[in-house]
Amino acid sequence: MAKKFLYINRKAPHGTVYALESLEVVLIAAAFEQDVSLAFIDDGVYQLMRNQDTSQIGVKNFTPTYRALGDYEVNKIYVERESLEARGLSQDDLMPLTWEDEDEDWAEKDSIHVISSQEMADILEQQDVILNF
Amino acid sequence: MALEINGNSYETDEEGYLTNLSDWNDELANEMAKADGAVLDENHWEVINFLRDYYEEYQIAPAVRVLTKAVGKKLGKDKGTSKYLYELFPYGPAKQACKYAGLPKPTGCV
Amino acid sequence: MSILHIVNKSPYERNSFDSCLRMAKKGAGLLLIEDGIYAAQDSGDAHGNLKTATDRLTVYALQPDVIARGMNDKIDAAVTLIDYDGFVKLTTEYDNVQSWL
Repeated sequence: MAKKFLYINRKAPHGTVYALESLEVVLIAAAFEQDVSLAFIDDGVYQLMRNQDTSQIGVKNFTPTYRALGDYEVNKIYVERESLEARGLSQDDLMPLTWEDEDEDWAEKDSIHVISSQEMADILEQQDVILNF
Repeated sequence: MALEINGNSYETDEEGYLTNLSDWNDELANEMAKADGAVLDENHWEVINFLRDYYEEYQIAPAVRVLTKAVGKKLGKDKGTSKYLYELFPYGPAKQACKYAGLPKPTGCV
Repeated sequence: MSILHIVNKSPYERNSFDSCLRMAKKGAGLLLIEDGIYAAQDSGDAHGNLKTATDRLTVYALQPDVIARGMNDKIDAAVTLIDYDGFVKLTTEYDNVQSWL
């Protein structure tokens, strides 16, 4: 029986190892066919910025891996609108993340859902397990 | 650990996965297969090259389930089955094919 | 006596940037590195504090950290981007360095 897992990401990428660790755990859970959702709140929204290039700071650029989440059927990616707005950002600043719906002839669909704090509160209530990074 | 091929030494981890992605070449893949008692044909190479492209784009080696689905989509439905992939790579498609492709062990691989 | 202040934490997560601004004297240097570069953004709730900083201090941001975070198009024009050599040079130009960890 698949459980509903929510991974909450609240840290900026690269400065700490939280973002990368979260992504790896998410991929492992998804490989075991659990029902996985991701939430990006506070500085976590910076993880999804387009065009991150770590070649000059000597660490692996793991951000292209977010684009593989669709292949793992991780397609419920929630971004809190209030966190984006507090940072002067909008969805256009984030990398596009999509998945292909096998039931609709592989139609490409958006995985990112920008939602309000209120809607995020509802998402939290729907989970069996919540993990924080 | 290290792999010795034609007088060159390549660093690997304790399970035989290449440490440096950039060390990889065709000959290295063939030698790794030989050590496992296998010979790589064009069907093996199709999967190995697919894995290298996938890694290049997403910076990860895909889990078996993801690999199977993606191979089916790219190389044809008859090849997108775990039976087909396990026949090619009996030690586990993700694990064995990734090793020959010079990639790290897939995340979530058991 | 002139100090180079260094901040490496996001202004949205820690108060290092605010504390630094309270104690940095006019004419001092402020270098933003690592997650501190988010304070150099040209928009967002922290931008008011950046304005306070650029009015009184010379503000720098480490470009490799900016590029790593995909923020190169979002840095305020009053902030000077520097590379690693520039970082080393700055530390020699000021009398002392204070890192707000």
